[in-house]
Amino acid sequence: MRQVFARPESLKDVQTHFCPGCNHGSIHRLVAEAMDEFGIRGETIGVASVGCSVFLYNYFDVDVIEAPHGRAPAVATGAKRARPDRIVFTYQGDGDLAAIGTSEIIHAANRGEAITVIFVNNTTYGMTGGQMAPTTMVGQKTSTSPSGRNQAKDGYPIRMAELLAQLEGVGFSARVAVNNPKNVIQAKRMIKTAFRYQVENKGFSFIEALAACPTNWGMNPLAANERVGDEMIPYFPLGVYRNTANL
Amino acid sequence: MRHDVFIAGYGGQGVLLAGNLLSYAAIHEGRNVSFFPAYGVEKRGGSAMCTVVFADGDTGSPVVGHPSVSVILNQLSFDKYASKVKPGGICIINSTLVTSDGVELPDMNLIQVPMNQRALDLGDVRMVNMLACGAYAAATGALALESLEEALKKALPERNHRLIPANIQAIRAGADAVPH
Amino acid sequence: MSEKLFVKGNEAVAMAAIEAGCRYYFGYPITPQSDIPEYLSRGLPGLGGEFIQAESEIAAINMLLGASATGVRCMTSSSGPGISLKQEGISYMAGSELPGVIVDIMRAGPGLGGIDASQADYFQATRGGGHGGYRIIVLAPASVQEMYDLTMLAFDLSDIYRMPAMVLADSVIGQMKESVTANPRPATALPDKDWVVRGRGEGQPQRVVKSLYLGDGEMEAFHWKMHARYQELADRECRWEDLETGDADLIVTAFGSTARIARTAVAMAREAGMKVGLMRPITLFPFPKQAYAEFSRRCKRFLVIELSTGQMVDDVRLSVARDAEVDFYGRPPGAGSLPTPEELFGQIRKVYP
Repeated sequence: MRQVFARPESLKDVQTHFCPGCNHGSIHRLVAEAMDEFGIRGETIGVASVGCSVFLYNYFDVDVIEAPHGRAPAVATGAKRARPDRIVFTYQGDGDLAAIGTSEIIHAANRGEAITVIFVNNTTYGMTGGQMAPTTMVGQKTSTSPSGRNQAKDGYPIRMAELLAQLEGVGFSARVAVNNPKNVIQAKRMIKTAFRYQVENKGFSFIEALAACPTNWGMNPLAANERVGDEMIPYFPLGVYRNTANL
Repeated sequence: MRHDVFIAGYGGQGVLLAGNLLSYAAIHEGRNVSFFPAYGVEKRGGSAMCTVVFADGDTGSPVVGHPSVSVILNQLSFDKYASKVKPGGICIINSTLVTSDGVELPDMNLIQVPMNQRALDLGDVRMVNMLACGAYAAATGALALESLEEALKKALPERNHRLIPANIQAIRAGADAVPH
Repeated sequence: MSEKLFVKGNEAVAMAAIEAGCRYYFGYPITPQSDIPEYLSRGLPGLGGEFIQAESEIAAINMLLGASATGVRCMTSSSGPGISLKQEGISYMAGSELPGVIVDIMRAGPGLGGIDASQADYFQATRGGGHGGYRIIVLAPASVQEMYDLTMLAFDLSDIYRMPAMVLADSVIGQMKESVTANPRPATALPDKDWVVRGRGEGQPQRVVKSLYLGDGEMEAFHWKMHARYQELADRECRWEDLETGDADLIVTAFGSTARIARTAVAMAREAGMKVGLMRPITLFPFPKQAYAEFSRRCKRFLVIELSTGQMVDDVRLSVARDAEVDFYGRPPGAGSLPTPEELFGQIRKVYP
């Protein structure tokens, strides 16, 4: 009998702490599959961030450094400069990367650090209980925007994939989603390309993955998944925004 | 024996280079040296100053309140610092630019060297700091002139080594200008 | 013995870092320590190392964290305002048991303060500085030679005890030039870094460098472990210099630049026939409490001198015998506040029993 589905080797055989319907699990899996396919599990150093993704080391079977909130790109810079022969990736949420860590991500990208950044955008601070994030949609109610995000006071959701694509140091920047099989397949391809950039030493690579957070959105998993397609993708269009090596 | 010297002038007179030269000369003589590029309480207003302490043993404080020797290259520094020289100390002044007229400096050996004038006589007013170093060595006997000349190789950047003979001439002129 | 060099304190730090095998430096420009990054930006690339001028102090300390996690010797440097920003990363490094050398060339504060010498960051340095309850090794050089030697020691102690080590100096020591012997790196026995992330390879256990402890009792156990390590440091690594304390009726005590000034003041007092000694702590954490306790058995009068309104004086008071009297003379930092030896001699006269 032919095996058609198995746990990627780069993932541990454990249950995650993620909520039902959370997309971190799917994104973890795609990252792990990419590592498996390049055969880089043994030479990879992951950099965990602060938020729901802090437990990276419980799920990925790779060495991991835990970074302070927002600082993963700086930590990854230090690690990669010291061990340029290793594959170094960060995995960060939207509060981590696009609010408190904006400076670190912009400058790591601008220096063209040879790292891969996986950015999970679910429009909210998950771990701390659903507060307003820099990517929260206009009008979206959160625990700190009870009347909905008001662009006049709170500004607009930041489009990181486009923003970073403006920087000369960036090799690859793309936005993906995992809300349906077609998008999952596309996301897999993009994430692999992002790692290919590092494996082939082509420069800084960035993936923004749109994700559902049913718990903090107050939705069931199906409705949350639909929201990704109906509300997020129109504002955060999927696609490749920079691909200097045409990989 | 512990020696301390305070050097002050305006920016551009080569005060720091003079301090460095004395330091390298002292190192050449096997002393320990401390060079502090400010005079404790004052480091503003376009003036340049430094304190050099050298000793066979410990140099102790890099900060000196009452120097045993002061080398003063302009009037402003004279007005401010000359009176700080400790009793029985030496104050060497650039008498081309500094006048001590009407100033009471009891218990101090005031040595006047027309440094700007002598430098011009030698053809380069930038040699004022070298004259000052030569005068210091001659007035105090704390450092040998040969050590200063040797120290030029270290104190001057490689590209200025061609100027060493002219500097040596200025150091000697400074020493000769000190009354015996 | 190698030839004597004549260099600035800051340059001596940079030279010593290279001699100590540090090949990675991450920093951000701030007066009065910029000679350090300037020197290393020239020195490190040719040695196969990396120099990064980071976008911020925060990024610099986190680059240090990342590099240290891979096991290399690495360093950052700054001054007051920058060191404040680095506290987040220093706390994480302490929580992750990561070595790394942080050089703090203190300047006047609070806020932007000024660029004049200060010792008012004694508390910030010796109490850990950031959140969570931790300590770091703090070494206080008082000469350019010590800037060199203690920087090398900082790397060794940091590696041995797996915690950040700080070289705490000020703009006097950083900016002055002295004759220095460029001593070779000491042949210290260092533990294997069997905890570094390296890419786990095949069949090797996963390694994680982290400071998050959520399990029942895990965090508490971590704190007790570190507490024991701090005790071990105190037992083994206290360093100080004492001069003429044997018959002293008054012991003047100060660290770093003020200790240098005090040294001459003490010499003046001896010349005047007064029995005065000097105690200069070299390690500020661990603080040489035991040494103070022993001095105070015989000498009952201490004079603490600091460029602040009094910080180390607290540690001295906690260390000496109950019947010893501790006087304090401080000049808070700022332009014009550096005391002269004559001034300190005046203070010695005032409190001399």
